Amino acid sequence: MKKTIKLISAACMVLLISAFTISKTGGSGGYKIGDIAEDFSLKNIDGNMVSLADYKDAKGYIVTFTCNTCPYAVMYEDRIIALDKKYAPKGYPVIAIMPNDTNIKPDDDLDAMKKRAKEKGFTFPYLIDKEQTVFPKYGATKTPHMFVLKKTKKGNVVKYIGAIDDNYKDASAVTTKYVEEAVDALLAGEEIKEKETKAIGCSIKVAKATSSVN
Amino acid sequence: MKLKVLFIVLFAMVSCKQDNKSNQVADNLKEVMNKDIVLSGNDLEIYDFNGFEKFLNKKDDKIYIVNFWATWCAPCVKELPYFEKLNKNYKNKGVEVILVSLDFPHLYETKLKPFIKDKKLASKVIALDDVDMNSWIPKVDKTWSGSIPATIIYKNSNKKFFEQSFTYDELETELKQFLN
Repeated sequence: MKKTIKLISAACMVLLISAFTISKTGGSGGYKIGDIAEDFSLKNIDGNMVSLADYKDAKGYIVTFTCNTCPYAVMYEDRIIALDKKYAPKGYPVIAIMPNDTNIKPDDDLDAMKKRAKEKGFTFPYLIDKEQTVFPKYGATKTPHMFVLKKTKKGNVVKYIGAIDDNYKDASAVTTKYVEEAVDALLAGEEIKEKETKAIGCSIKVAKATSSVN
Repeated sequence: MKLKVLFIVLFAMVSCKQDNKSNQVADNLKEVMNKDIVLSGNDLEIYDFNGFEKFLNKKDDKIYIVNFWATWCAPCVKELPYFEKLNKNYKNKGVEVILVSLDFPHLYETKLKPFIKDKKLASKVIALDDVDMNSWIPKVDKTWSGSIPATIIYKNSNKKFFEQSFTYDELETELKQFLN
């Protein structure tokens, strides 16, 4: 009997450690271009659960990890709204996900998200990754962090990972709109020129014990 | 050093303003201003990536700890005292801490400079202002996703990159690997 308990607790430890290891490698791990992104079911600010599969007519998705509290995310809010307005009618809606631990960032909790979405007039779902299980799968490390997915028979294929454009400071001075170019290419059935880009962003906030990405 | 040059030039401009040399001096000043470094008040050094890159490639046998941070980044601000402590404890042992602020330029005067003053930061603080992040982030380290805080510790061509937060002990442990 004692042995069994010991075994079970050992197994639990292994599971725990591997769980930590998985989130620890969240930074460098996560989806690569060409991977199939798993669907999720996350709570929207209206209280309903949202999954990618809910969008029957979508050709793909602009999955956006963002939040209220990161100044880069705030600077890009208008551009994220513009992306949804332009591409939702073409079959690529924005799906925004707030990945931060709200104990660390209380101003990112569901109430604050509701408030911000109302103030800005978000036209897209603003979901909370409360268990913090979705962003590590994507390999999102910061806000804002964009993933463009294309719906195929095999599943939702990751086609673009990275920044929205190449000038956070001034939308009018942007020379390359990375996300728009990616979605335009997908809509035209062409190859995406830049499939991965980098930008400075706020690290996704997680409790120290479970991850080094803080 | 360049700051000194600028002051000398400015002084020269003032002292010979009646002189017909002033045009030439003004040209010299322009030349100084056009270099990779642009000085604004309070000595804050502001660089684009080309100007900044030299801080990642010094080969003078010193150990450099280059930390990317911003006043708006809570985990960065939290770990700043550890970098300050490290700088204090090791600056006489061939170690230099460089704090690279990624604050927004329009907040240099109202946020960054008061912050440096209030916290009495003793480490060297410089500002990096370059919007074309996709071209320079991989040059800092190809594994960097772009989240901050991020830190490089290097000595000559031996380099280690960290996209994470540090405690003082963790930081000192990493530094000691370079000290041996």
